[in-house]
Amino acid sequence: MKFFLRVGFIAMMSLAGASLVGAAAVDDLLAQYRTQSGGTFNTEEGKAAWNRLIPDSKTGEERSCAGCHGSDLRRTGKHLQTGKPIDPMAPSVNAKRLTDPKFVEKWFKRNCQWTLGRECSPKEKGMFLTFIQNQ
Amino acid sequence: MNTHCKRNPRPSGEGFFKTSIWMAFVIGGLFLIVGYWSAMGGEEGMGERLIGSAARSEAMPVANDLYTKECGACHLAYPPGLLPARSWKKLMGGLSDHFGDNAELAPEDQRAVTDFLVKNAADRSGQKRSAKVVRSLKDGEAPLRITEVPYIVRKHHEIPSRLIQGNPQVKSLSRCNACHTRAEAGSFSEHDVSIPGYGAWDD
Repeated sequence: MKFFLRVGFIAMMSLAGASLVGAAAVDDLLAQYRTQSGGTFNTEEGKAAWNRLIPDSKTGEERSCAGCHGSDLRRTGKHLQTGKPIDPMAPSVNAKRLTDPKFVEKWFKRNCQWTLGRECSPKEKGMFLTFIQNQ
Repeated sequence: MNTHCKRNPRPSGEGFFKTSIWMAFVIGGLFLIVGYWSAMGGEEGMGERLIGSAARSEAMPVANDLYTKECGACHLAYPPGLLPARSWKKLMGGLSDHFGDNAELAPEDQRAVTDFLVKNAADRSGQKRSAKVVRSLKDGEAPLRITEVPYIVRKHHEIPSRLIQGNPQVKSLSRCNACHTRAEAGSFSEHDVSIPGYGAWDD
C-alpha cells in the first residue's frame, strides 16, 4: 500500500513537473520574442492576424492560418492539400500544444513561409503565441 | 505453519513432477495465446494470413518513429519502398519547397530521415512491390512523386477520375489512405480498398 502511494505520488509530481516545464517553455519563447521585437503582444491582434487572408504570390489563392487550423482552435483542423486531420491548437483541449519550443519554432518557420511567403517576425510570432495560449 | 506442513506430508518427488506438468501446460498455453494475438495484430488480417505468404510479403510497414512523426504530421508516412534511393535523396534535398509547402527539418533530423528512406528505398528494400516499382522506372529516372511511378500509374489506370480527382473525399491519387484503408499499416492489398462513395474496387 505504502509502495503504491509512493509510486502514485511520484507519478503525479512528474506530471505536474512536465506541465510546469511546458508552460515555462512558452513563457521563455514569449520573453525572447518580446526582447527581439521590443514590444508586448495582445490576443486580439493575434486573432485578427490568424484569420487574415493573404493571396499567394504564385497562385493567387488566399491563404490564412485558419485555412488549415480553423477559426475555432478548440476543434480539429485539416491540411488543405493532403486532407490530414490536424490536432486542435488550443492548449485548453490539447495539453501537448506549446510545450516544446523546438516544435513551435519548426512550425512557425514552415507555416509562416507557406501562408505569408516569408518567415514571421518576432512580433508576429509573439502575437500568434499569445492568441493560441489563451484558447 | 510448521505444524500444518507436518500434518500434510506429500511425497516430494511425485508432487514436483505433477507441478512441472501443470506448469508446462500453463506456460505452453500462454505462448499459444500470445503467438495467436501477435499474429492477428500483425500486418495482415486473418483472411490474408490464410491466403498465404505471397499476400503477406506485399505489406510495406513503416517502422521509424522520427519519420512517422515528422513526415506523417502532414501526410501519410509513405512507405520508403515506393521510390528508389535516388528519388528520396533528391526529395530530401529540397524540403524548403516540398510540393509548394515548406517542410524543412532540423539538420540532424533531416540526416536521420534521409538515412532511413535511402536504406529502405525501393532499390534496397527487397519487398515485392518495390521490385515492381524499380522495374517500371528507366535507369537513373528519379520521380519525386510516387503517383508518377509508372507501376503506380498503371495500377490505378482503370479507375475513372471521377472516383479520384472528382471525388471530394479523395481529390488526389496521392492520398493513398483515402481508399487503401490499411495504408497506414503498409497494406496496399486490393482486399483493403474501399473508394469513398463507391466501395470496393475489383479489377
